[in-house]
Amino acid sequence: MGEYITIGRHSVVKAENFAPGHRACLGCGEALAVRLACKALGDNVIIVNATGCMEVVSTQLPNTSWRVPWIHTLFENTAAVASGIEAGLKAMTRKGRRLSQDVTVVAMAGDGGTADIGLQALSGALERRHNFLYICFDNEAYMNTGIQRSSSTPYGASTTTSPAGKISIGQVSWKKNLPAIAAAHDIPYVATACPSYPFDLMTKVSKAAATKGPAYLHILSVCPTGWRHPADLTIRIGRLAVQTGVFPLYEVENGKYKLNVEPPKLKPVSDYLKLQGRFRHLSEDVINEIQQRVTAEYAKLKEKVASSLVHAGSQKDS
Amino acid sequence: MATKIGMEVSVAIGEAVKLANADVIAAYPITPQTHIVEHLAELVADGELDAEYVPVESEHSAMSACLGSAAAGARTFTATAGQGLELMHEVLYIASSMRLPVVMTVVNRALSAPISIWGDHADAMAVRDTGWIQIFTENGQEVVDNVLCAFRIAEDRRVLLPVMVHLDGFHLSHMIEPILLPEQGEVDQFLPPNQYPLPLDPNKPVTMGGFGPPYIYPEIKWAQEIKLRAAKEVILQVWQEFGDAFGRYYSPLEGYHSEGCQVLLLTMGSFSETAMAAIDKMRSEGKDVGLVRLRLWRPFPFDEIRQAVKNAEVLIVLDRAISFGGPGGPVCSEIRSALYQQDRKPKVIGFVGGLGGRDISASGFEEIVNRGMEIAEKTSRNEFEVFGVRE
Repeated sequence: MGEYITIGRHSVVKAENFAPGHRACLGCGEALAVRLACKALGDNVIIVNATGCMEVVSTQLPNTSWRVPWIHTLFENTAAVASGIEAGLKAMTRKGRRLSQDVTVVAMAGDGGTADIGLQALSGALERRHNFLYICFDNEAYMNTGIQRSSSTPYGASTTTSPAGKISIGQVSWKKNLPAIAAAHDIPYVATACPSYPFDLMTKVSKAAATKGPAYLHILSVCPTGWRHPADLTIRIGRLAVQTGVFPLYEVENGKYKLNVEPPKLKPVSDYLKLQGRFRHLSEDVINEIQQRVTAEYAKLKEKVASSLVHAGSQKDS
Repeated sequence: MATKIGMEVSVAIGEAVKLANADVIAAYPITPQTHIVEHLAELVADGELDAEYVPVESEHSAMSACLGSAAAGARTFTATAGQGLELMHEVLYIASSMRLPVVMTVVNRALSAPISIWGDHADAMAVRDTGWIQIFTENGQEVVDNVLCAFRIAEDRRVLLPVMVHLDGFHLSHMIEPILLPEQGEVDQFLPPNQYPLPLDPNKPVTMGGFGPPYIYPEIKWAQEIKLRAAKEVILQVWQEFGDAFGRYYSPLEGYHSEGCQVLLLTMGSFSETAMAAIDKMRSEGKDVGLVRLRLWRPFPFDEIRQAVKNAEVLIVLDRAISFGGPGGPVCSEIRSALYQQDRKPKVIGFVGGLGGRDISASGFEEIVNRGMEIAEKTSRNEFEVFGVRE
């Protein structure tokens, strides 16, 4: 399949199935994540996109940035449309109406399309165990419509509908844990990723695409426009999200947790928060509160990783 | 040779979908649609229909899964009713606007509140402008035949639009009627496999559902309107071919003793059969009344309507839906509008009745016709009257 370039021990396909020339903002973490995901997915793929930034920046009629089959219909139904495509291909293949060919059906949506309005359709599709991959590109607010809060917006972030004000810190609820919700459906593969760790991201996309049954990938997509930071800090902020434990990179494979990037010591969350205008207003107290929460959540995750190891060990022993 | 057997109309619909060899059925249960999807689930479970049955978690997802299935090129069916159709609402526009040939039976049900599981046409009228081809049926045989025709029409390369086949909840869906199911071989001859021209296929990538700024949106919408209007010719052709193959012919509307009548009643759906009984009785008493049964609701059969009623003095239209605060019933107001610029036209009198499953008996239709004639003689009148409602 096409030409590769070698970077260290990794080889990456040269072809860009998400073509350049789209209208994403300078420094868009989501566009980078989509580009990397497309490299990992290859040509035998059908992409179902929710309404959101990606549909707007890549498909203004009569142009398209997509070199693979792509469909957008509505905002909240991405997982359901993907279910229908998967079912249609399955039936037609079985009935000899199309060549037997492994096609990966991939649903893509933002955090609003996943954590809020599309959650029901996603849960249904995961529960029905369609053979598909769902990728949430999480930029932590409704960026396409102008930075409104979603249930995936982090605590303390100022958005246009959770503005920081004289008596408000901004978002007053904690970020909804979508990977945990996906994992609670007992699907074979759940993972988090971030384009600041490109090879980890591509490996996970490949793994998820090869999974039989539903797979869920949650990708932190740093958004300079909505997070209010210079466009050249996208990669750095993504790395800090991981290094501070705000957004750990992990996998849940058949119920077993594994941390993929494990810093020897977590950096303080303030390193991550202070670079972003959306957190600029936060007092030391609130930052401490966030630090405590991140530390506690990270510890919980490590417990799950540890108990997965113990469990795997005991299975080996028996 | 096919033989007539007694079966529930909902079950017969399932059999028709099986005869059509559908690839995907994505459905969510709602009364009074349930027997259709239950029967289809059984047919799939028993291996009698080789299809994927996708038991989705809502009607919104049912129609969304249908979009995906149709875009992949699969023959796609669903069924719903009332609130379910309303929950699908925004998805319905996508099916027609993206030219995805989904076929759906709508078991017409009243809309909440108060919650009602019984029939009227409020659900159908709320989706009038979604760009679907819409056919109203009177009896079980007509539903079965039109489900088969619907796949032919929807998937025709000149059409590629979704089709709704409407049938009245309970009054028709739960009746046991004598139904002639065609032989599989005959259906295969009539209905070739779906050949969707540009499906989602990695061997030939397409982008579907891109974003339409003002410089392109109106042209796309106008093209859609042209296609829906042009679909009428294909619908007529498919009905003709169906008639030639199976001996049962359908048309956009049908008269019942309507030729040259002074007074005409117009109905849609299964109540037409009761109305026929009323017409028989009134004619036996020497009254000059006839009936027009409207079958094709979208695209609206302007020419056929004008032709059918042009010599009448009074046209009485029964709607099973209200347009709140508006001209009464959607069917009546559309017919008035279609006739407005005609030189010769009948007075159009609107009635709203049969809401939420309330029956209209043959004597009820007689009352409607008599009252309609009375209203027509006066100069001033209301936009419409309700029938059979306690004040």
